[in-house]
Amino acid sequence: MIAFHEWLQLTDAGLYCAPGDFHIDPSRPVARAVITHGHSDHARPGHGAVLATPETISIMKVRLGEDSADQFQALDYGVALQHGDVTIRLHPAGHILGSAQVELNFRGQRAVISGDYKRSSDPTCKGFELVPCDLFVTEATFGLPVFRHGRDMEEIGRLLDSQRTFPDRAHLVGCYALGKCQRLIALLRQAGYDRPIYLHGALKSMTDLFLALGQNFGELALVSEAGRGLAGEIVLCPPSALKDRWSRRLADPVTAFASGWMRVRGRARQRGVELPLVISDHADWPQLIDTIAETGAEEIWVTHGREDALVYQLTRMGKRARALALLGREDEED
Amino acid sequence: MKAFATLLDRLVYSPSRNTKLQLLQDYFRNTPDPDRGWALAALTDGLPFSFPVRRTIMELMEQRLDAELFRLSRDYVGDTAETVALVWPDPAEPQEPPRLSEVISKLGLIDTQELGDTIAAWLDCLDVNGRWALLKLLTGALRVGVSARLAKTAVAAMAGHSVDEVEEVWHALTPPYTPLFDWLEGRGEKPEIAGAPVFRPLMLAHPLEDGELAELDVAEFSAEWKWDGIRVQIAASGQEARLYSRTGDEIGASFPELISAFRFDAVVDGELLIVREGKVAPFNDLQQRLNRKTVTRAMMERYPAHVRLYDALIINGEDLRALPFVERRARLEQWHAAVRPPRTDLSELIEVRDREELMRIWRETRGAGIEGLMLKRRSSPYLAGRPRGHWYKWKRAPITLDCVLMYAQRGHGKRSSFYSDYTFGVWKGNEIVPIGKAYFGFTDEELKLLDKWIRANTLQAFGPVREVRKELVFEVAFDSAQESTRHKSGVALRFPRISRIRWDKPASEAGTLEDMMVFVAAS
Repeated sequence: MIAFHEWLQLTDAGLYCAPGDFHIDPSRPVARAVITHGHSDHARPGHGAVLATPETISIMKVRLGEDSADQFQALDYGVALQHGDVTIRLHPAGHILGSAQVELNFRGQRAVISGDYKRSSDPTCKGFELVPCDLFVTEATFGLPVFRHGRDMEEIGRLLDSQRTFPDRAHLVGCYALGKCQRLIALLRQAGYDRPIYLHGALKSMTDLFLALGQNFGELALVSEAGRGLAGEIVLCPPSALKDRWSRRLADPVTAFASGWMRVRGRARQRGVELPLVISDHADWPQLIDTIAETGAEEIWVTHGREDALVYQLTRMGKRARALALLGREDEED
Repeated sequence: MKAFATLLDRLVYSPSRNTKLQLLQDYFRNTPDPDRGWALAALTDGLPFSFPVRRTIMELMEQRLDAELFRLSRDYVGDTAETVALVWPDPAEPQEPPRLSEVISKLGLIDTQELGDTIAAWLDCLDVNGRWALLKLLTGALRVGVSARLAKTAVAAMAGHSVDEVEEVWHALTPPYTPLFDWLEGRGEKPEIAGAPVFRPLMLAHPLEDGELAELDVAEFSAEWKWDGIRVQIAASGQEARLYSRTGDEIGASFPELISAFRFDAVVDGELLIVREGKVAPFNDLQQRLNRKTVTRAMMERYPAHVRLYDALIINGEDLRALPFVERRARLEQWHAAVRPPRTDLSELIEVRDREELMRIWRETRGAGIEGLMLKRRSSPYLAGRPRGHWYKWKRAPITLDCVLMYAQRGHGKRSSFYSDYTFGVWKGNEIVPIGKAYFGFTDEELKLLDKWIRANTLQAFGPVREVRKELVFEVAFDSAQESTRHKSGVALRFPRISRIRWDKPASEAGTLEDMMVFVAAS
């Protein structure tokens, strides 16, 4: 039997499938790329041909431009694509809208490259689908036992409690523009919050795309058109705007930040936020361990994150585990 | 425990005083007795126990998580108690967490043998935040950025009382302070304090602003030297004496020679100083004695403590606070002459005939090595807090020196989008070396202009700090300068502030380290 590393290799652009001659989420322009999802550390411009889910392609076109790749090919979840000796399928990863795990079959071996994933439910994207495999290539953004994310609705409850305690202050929530922002809006609506939700301009284009793809978010408004103050309102902005001059227009804002990192106090303090909300789009420690066990894979490669602890734990579980330490992955924003 | 944990969690992340007050008030209003009283104790004087729990917790942890995984987690988080709270297994089903009062009463009687099992059982039914709060409570150090005074202010504000009324009864009460809450919520009488050596809130002075002197009638005031020590209150009942700081913290343990010397029955107000052969030592000497849990005989001999008295609140059970200052002063003098308490003397009254003489005396304070003057209205009763128009502190004129802005850092809270903390320096040969930091002395309008200038003149950014072009000159005012090993320049400033922004002045004309060393020599 052929060894995995003979057909799945590491090049300086990242993970490479040799018999299919394509990369997965390459860190620099290549001839052929399979893209797991639209976040900028996975989806980059300048590739020759891109294969991804239709949603990921839409996201790439809005973020990076219509011509950010020479050619886009859409592949729906679950549909097999024969490419030379390799069969490719995409499966929901539960990370953000359009996010996919990449299943590759070659000479009787099945490898699954997870991209970023989570197991918790998310009203803005399809839930993670488990694919049994021989080699599982996993992320490890939150690969330490200290990361257990808890229930997102409890965190939304804390935000709404704070809004009641401080009715004279705006509540400014920092969140990543793609995925987290729309998930927060959907969760607030699920919690019965029916007032307008105010957005920083940088969150508009992605949110519009989600709307165009069929999400219903209730009443949204742009801060730039709503005037100053917004006391008692909930305002979403990218993390970089939390402490930017932009935020001065708001009424004495309570600054919140929605991220898996907020579970650790030092990280929350570094950000200088008053209300850390532990809402993450990545698998936490128990989800990483359980998912890996459930795939049945005997060999595990860890792409990026806190891989030391995960590799250690997998070795204890009798798996062959190895850290790839891929370059160019950012874990700061979550 | 849940409400207390939520309170601590929000307090830790809230830089603003008003936010903290609001969170505290919400908690005290909505939490039943005796839980809220124990929370108040934890936030003020501390709980009557603390345990060396570190080892116990580590032993519990070893049974629950692989040691290597714990080590990796601890390295990442940076704090052992927080790491334990984070990695401790969550309850499979939501459990009823213990009440704060249950935790306290159990700990009061606990045998160290059962400490581990008890803590484990509690941790098993708490969520992550509750576990963190419990571990903080056990180690006796909350560190949530709330002073005892702020917690008392919140309690007082619940019922529209001033914090001084709470301070007045505070030392007659013990946790969980149920009579205090009964009184505040109108169910009981004000707690009785007669006879106990308890803290009475102090009367504080306002700084004398520029031009204010012209409006004062000098004949209505007494003048004293402003001593460079710390303000204290001695409360003694004959058998027992206590020494309180300005904020009502008991500091007697650091000064046993005073506590054992005070056998009188009175509450008096004065300045704690180190005095050798009648001469007041520099403030730095007093600092050697502050905040020490144990004091050696050698320390007491090397830094002899002394209290210079300037007012009397109560003498032999008679409350003098309603009397005018001059009468209280006369009673203080009579009493002092009769009792002659050791390690004390009286703060001298300065004879002043008119405004001109007062100005002259004030101008001479710097030369005489004195911090400034105190002006006290002769007719003023002793009023708690900082009432307007009664007492003034008039610090000697500051020294000023033109310095160059070097680094700017983002502020906190309301100022977090502004670069509002400034590091400035002076010339040393051809380079500029930092000599200090200041974050006030300018108006909000000036802050906006400074923020804009800093963003336009940044050389490099290091996280929240920006290095700027060495082109903007500040006139920096400070009370004195001392040699220091903490700064590269070897100088540290006391009470620095930005007195003027010299937009017009080229950096080449700013001061030098030699200029600064002259002030060091004079201080």
